[in-house]
Amino acid sequence: MGVEGIGASVVRKEDKRFITGKGRYVDDVKLPGMTYAHFIRSPHAHAKVKGIDASAALKLPGVVAVLNGKQIVDDKVGNLICGWAITSKDGSPMKMGAWPAMAPETVRFVGQAVAVVIAESKNLARDAAEAVVVDYEELPAVANVTDAIKAGAPQLHPEAPGNQIYDWVIGDENAVNDAFSKAANVVKLDLTNNRLAPNPMEPRSAVADYNEAEEHFTLYTTSQNPHVARLVLSAFYNIAPEHKLRVIAPDVGGGFGSKIYIYPEEMVALWASKKTGRPVKWTGDRTEAFLTDAHGRDHVTHAEMAFDANNKITGLKVKTYANFGAYMSLFSSAVPTYLYATLLSGQYDIPAIHAEVIAVYTNTTPVDAYRGAGRPEASYLVERMMETAARQLNVDPAALRKTNFITQFPHQTPVIMAYDTGDFNASLDAAMKAIDYAGFAGRKAQAKAQGKLRGIGVSCYIEACGIAPSKAVGSLGAGVGLWESAEVRVNPVGTIEVLTGSHSHGQGHETAFAQLISERLGVPISQVSIVHGDTDKVQFGMGTYGSRSAAVGLTAILKAMEKVESKAKKIAAHQLEASEADIVIENGEFKVTGTDKSIALPMVALAAYTAHNLPDGMEPGLKESAFYDPSNFTFPAGAYICELEVDPATGKTSFVNFVAADDFGRLINPMIVEGQVHGGLAQGIGQALLEHAVYDANGQPITASFMDYTMPRADDLPSFKLSHTTTLCPGNPLGIKGCGEAGAIGASAAVINAITDAIGKNNLEMPATPDRVWRTIHAA
Amino acid sequence: MSTVKLTVNGKAVSVDVEDRTLLVHLLRDHLNLTGTHVGCDTSQCGACVVHIDGRAVKSCTMLAGQADGANVTTIEGLAKGDELHPMQAAFRDNHGLQCGYCTPGMIMSAVDIVQRHGGQLDEATVRHELEGNICRCTGYHNIVKAVLDAAGRMKVAQAAE
Repeated sequence: MGVEGIGASVVRKEDKRFITGKGRYVDDVKLPGMTYAHFIRSPHAHAKVKGIDASAALKLPGVVAVLNGKQIVDDKVGNLICGWAITSKDGSPMKMGAWPAMAPETVRFVGQAVAVVIAESKNLARDAAEAVVVDYEELPAVANVTDAIKAGAPQLHPEAPGNQIYDWVIGDENAVNDAFSKAANVVKLDLTNNRLAPNPMEPRSAVADYNEAEEHFTLYTTSQNPHVARLVLSAFYNIAPEHKLRVIAPDVGGGFGSKIYIYPEEMVALWASKKTGRPVKWTGDRTEAFLTDAHGRDHVTHAEMAFDANNKITGLKVKTYANFGAYMSLFSSAVPTYLYATLLSGQYDIPAIHAEVIAVYTNTTPVDAYRGAGRPEASYLVERMMETAARQLNVDPAALRKTNFITQFPHQTPVIMAYDTGDFNASLDAAMKAIDYAGFAGRKAQAKAQGKLRGIGVSCYIEACGIAPSKAVGSLGAGVGLWESAEVRVNPVGTIEVLTGSHSHGQGHETAFAQLISERLGVPISQVSIVHGDTDKVQFGMGTYGSRSAAVGLTAILKAMEKVESKAKKIAAHQLEASEADIVIENGEFKVTGTDKSIALPMVALAAYTAHNLPDGMEPGLKESAFYDPSNFTFPAGAYICELEVDPATGKTSFVNFVAADDFGRLINPMIVEGQVHGGLAQGIGQALLEHAVYDANGQPITASFMDYTMPRADDLPSFKLSHTTTLCPGNPLGIKGCGEAGAIGASAAVINAITDAIGKNNLEMPATPDRVWRTIHAA
Repeated sequence: MSTVKLTVNGKAVSVDVEDRTLLVHLLRDHLNLTGTHVGCDTSQCGACVVHIDGRAVKSCTMLAGQADGANVTTIEGLAKGDELHPMQAAFRDNHGLQCGYCTPGMIMSAVDIVQRHGGQLDEATVRHELEGNICRCTGYHNIVKAVLDAAGRMKVAQAAE
């Protein structure tokens, strides 16, 4: 490892612009003649749009246009799509209701746009929006899955009778029934996985600019995957052909999944820019983020686990209702199916699993992949189940896990996933040692003497990341391939530009990706630029989500690098009159092994571009590209243990210790990896203790601002103790598994297991607010 | 419309703004100081924190007119030329930022926290004081480390002056 190579905790190259206020986010973009959009949104969860009267607004100063849903439909802008086809158990396709970018006839959730004002300033657009009169006829609404599936419930879409999108199954039901019929013990659990609002700190924003002479659009947008945005806007929404649409995602202030999707606002901004002949900017406010950013989680689940007389798991059956909100967001269908049910084996050898997932429409904000996406729900279920089972079977929770760990790899689970490698005992042992698991009983007794209830909770998570082999996801219904592409350009002076289809919105790619180049060539990272986020610069990309950037995106860079190195070695060998096989690369020099002959990288690069003296038949230049498609998902896994105290007088939880032992395979930059884990843990703890996107029975959101929705603050969280165990991922040449979502996936169960251990009652829903904990303690 | 005269990052400026203009919009839209961010509508998130006459203020909570005559420092004015403020350096060295969006407000608040508490800072105090700044990326772990680190650096810098 060089000082800036793989494994070095190098401080981030991108930080200087962020700490000096020179980051460039979408809302910072200003174009000449720019106008501002303000959306008129439904205050009702379900209503007919009877009419929109914009006459008064159009007379106000500075108003350029007021456009509505009928117009966008008339102009044949396509409906929003869900890009992953799921088939119900009866063989029927999923039932998708139409989702126009602005509602021409019916609104189905609070916040759905019906019209947009375009004006010369933000304030003028807001003023004019107040003057637009929308005539609504309210319809009955339904906000949760339990009510939505009842006979006689309000119906959202004619395409989906009973509000049911699909009823999907996985696994062998007969094998599971057989296991349960022979079980020595059966453990049952009912759970709700609470709905979360993503809340990246940067609200979504779009600046659209139509050039009439070129019939060309430029879109600046807060996107995790600008090429996918261009593809969808072009192929499905009829905005413009791909070569007439440039999408730029500059600095993006966090995404966590919520900025994967192509939302109505950027479609409308593009369409309105063409209609008005002016650039159009829209920047959401925080309440708009709560109302329109795709939410996460929101499952209601019943599960049962069968054990034999030796406490070995013999079967698991799961039935989950997933709340999809009012429309099917871009990847919504895949979340509770292939990202959730396929992880229900957890870290355990479970011979038979059967899961049924029923996807349901409600009059709420659409739900899609968010920070872990299906895997937090699976991990929470499995780990709450293991804890519940340990209590019911009266065995130590860590010991029960060890009894059932998968120890032989590769391991084929009964739910599609084939785990390639791992060492689950090693990570649990590391976490138990870090928290002094053996000494807990003594600490609990001490706390009791001081009137506090102390608890400890374990969570052993596994996730499937990389998202992943195109052929595999295609066979499961994905509408896209999930490879990644990269290009490595060595400039004539020897500096290096790497163009990647991954997108960094906090992950530190500009540093970590440069470390690979430093490792391979021995050049400082200051000599390397990582270029991303612009469809006019980067050849193509699938973007950043599912902890895939290092495992897939960086491997694509490695593949391009290998081609560059191969050509550079040929040039060096030619220049040094040596055999190509004898050339080694060290500290930015191409050396003839065993001699003192060498040529520096800039000289090789210059030779490639002057082309005065290249091997016969070689093309000039030193620039190569690659597409990389992985052979499998990756499987990061680990063990989290939380120790905490509950004050029985108030129900308040205080952390004593939180330890994490993760296996991410090879780490490129341990400092960045740990930062990713910290953030994920905060989300997992936030879900367990604080966060909940709440609707009343009529579909009115109760939590649409930071006043009402509890974001984790610094004083809600402990400092974390992290450690790593390592099994290298055999699926990619760098051995990387991915680290972006682990904390969010594993932490919630550890917290709830610890609280329920402390209070001695097993049933406690998230978020475990002091009020809820107190009521649970004092319930009869 | 009103004319607001103030000093921003050491420069005297005079700006004509609508009376309802918030200070954050004067900074971002009129002076192109886009390092100060807007992350919410309810003065909760702290992405917009600047210093007014040396004290941390959420610039979304204040009309531009209320800053008339004030001395405003934004994130762009914190470093001395090429020399980073110790708080900026500590955020970088401790990986106290990821997406960078909350960072300017976080740094401006943190400088104020250290100035108010002097050398009396501990982890619990820093966590409590950061209650008005929300970060979604870092889990605050490295932000807290950065603030404590910077408190030491600022003490050393102060002693040297």
